[in-house]
Amino acid sequence: MAEATTYDPLSTAGTWGRRAKLIVYALLTLFALVYLLPFTIVVLNSFRDLGDISRNGLISVPHTFSLDYWVQAWCKFCVGGTCEGIQPFFYNSVAMVVPATIISTAIGAINGYILSKWRFPGSEILFGIMTLGVFMPGQMVLLPWAQVLGFLGLTNSVAGLVLIHCVQGLSFTTLFCRNYYVNIPDDLIKAARIDGASFWRIFRKVVLPLSPPIIIVTVIWQFTNIWNEFLFAFIFSSGTHQPVTVALVALSGGGTAVHQYNVESAAVLIGALPPLLIYLFGGRYFLRGLTQGALK
Amino acid sequence: MSVDSATFTPTKTASSERRPLRERFSTIVPQLVLAPSLVATFVYVFVFAAWTIWISLSNSGDLPDYSFAGFQHYAELWVNLRWRIAYTNLFLFSSLYVIGTMVIGLSLAILIDQRIRAEALFRTIYLYPLAVSFIVTGTVWRWLFSPTTGIQAMVHQLGWASFKFDWLVQREMAIYTIVLTGIWQASGFVMALFLAGLRSVDPDLIKAAQIDGATMPRIYRRIILPAIGPIFIAVAVVLLQFAIKTFELVIAMTQGGPGISTTMPANYVYDLMFQRGQLAEGAAAAIMILVALALILVPYTIWTNLRQRREASRG
Repeated sequence: MAEATTYDPLSTAGTWGRRAKLIVYALLTLFALVYLLPFTIVVLNSFRDLGDISRNGLISVPHTFSLDYWVQAWCKFCVGGTCEGIQPFFYNSVAMVVPATIISTAIGAINGYILSKWRFPGSEILFGIMTLGVFMPGQMVLLPWAQVLGFLGLTNSVAGLVLIHCVQGLSFTTLFCRNYYVNIPDDLIKAARIDGASFWRIFRKVVLPLSPPIIIVTVIWQFTNIWNEFLFAFIFSSGTHQPVTVALVALSGGGTAVHQYNVESAAVLIGALPPLLIYLFGGRYFLRGLTQGALK
Repeated sequence: MSVDSATFTPTKTASSERRPLRERFSTIVPQLVLAPSLVATFVYVFVFAAWTIWISLSNSGDLPDYSFAGFQHYAELWVNLRWRIAYTNLFLFSSLYVIGTMVIGLSLAILIDQRIRAEALFRTIYLYPLAVSFIVTGTVWRWLFSPTTGIQAMVHQLGWASFKFDWLVQREMAIYTIVLTGIWQASGFVMALFLAGLRSVDPDLIKAAQIDGATMPRIYRRIILPAIGPIFIAVAVVLLQFAIKTFELVIAMTQGGPGISTTMPANYVYDLMFQRGQLAEGAAAAIMILVALALILVPYTIWTNLRQRREASRG
């Protein structure tokens, strides 16, 4: 058993070990196919013509190829009364997600800095209250938000959604940043304070340079969540002010019309693309954000 | 900002009088900066919750009316057929979704943990559904489950004309298509959580068991899985939260249909508030969702705190 020094569960017996490994790979590949199948089908259908799709079904090897459906989905297809494709709604999403992500992340970083490095009597309780926002179900706040948005004159506007996502996101961003900054040694802050550095100076010169990892996680988390958010967007926006998630429902959910599966596939992919790209390029951070957001 | 705060700087104690104004101001900067966020969160969590509770107890119809009506709307809600379907669906959906996702997630984690090649590739594939919105996932799976375009059509195309897979349009079965889609979306995430747990188990324990001649399934059953017990509970809590909040999947896949068979509580809240103009009853239903979340999260929070304290006292 000299070889057993490295932990290798499947090396315990010769031939059985190799067969077991084959089974492991077979199962993993099977699951991988199940996970990839829907995505592959949508990609393929975004290039096929409608005749091909209706003859051979959605799940089929493509017999035709055209990039035209992407163009149509982007800027020609009719959604909710306008025939400019998914493009204006995509821009609405961008106009919503960029300010909301930046503002909520910036405020979260400052809050986290205060709640970890400038504690005062009662600050732990205040932190507890702030984290309660994480668990608040959207349905509980729909009617109050409707009234508040009306009062502020932000009904059916991108600005209204930005406000909602900033307030709602504060709990998450504060939680993330506070839990990260707690691990910065207090001595660093103390030394800076003895040197006469102010609150803001310490934040800029000491805390911020140590922050990139948590800022990346927070930005990814906020961006993906706000981009994919549906409930608030669905209820508080209509017509030309809708973000892309809502427009997708209007585009593909409309019951009676004949489905243009190719254009709809392209539109669905366009709507899913920004968070997917973030996931592919920032996967490591994405996962960290998920586990932190979910388990805290 | 400095002008504002200077006006209410405390001047009572002798020591603070001696300190320059600037210094005294600097001691309350953190509180001042934190204040707006605190106010916003306080309003969001407490004022909004109280507001919704108030509406649920009021006479509100399609417009808010704050005169007191008592618990009448809760009573109406619980005799309402659609609400009964919604919460029956919630129990059915939650149990199948949580169990299914955990079984698949744990299986994938154990498979991936067998020192395989291309681990990163497999992980990336299993996790990508989580980056995609429920709307996108739901739309695509609706196409696949739809008998006229999806899996059934494909099998017919292959020549098996009597093949039937039309759950999406069957009253009794449609909810299971939502369960399957939910499992597809979340099992990679659960895989990642379990994998992190599996890798945190002390390898010496496993080595010792191997030297004692224990078989791998036995080692998993007796050593590894018990060691990651807390992760099971955490994962279940997270998934139950997802389940209770399920809204978009239903919108994208079935719109609550066929008929009202796949209505979930979150969808019914929306219908009551924004389709039928029954704000009070909608608010009452929203509070039921909050209660369901609290029934899961409060015991969990108490349990984790107790556990942490026990571990801390053990040193």
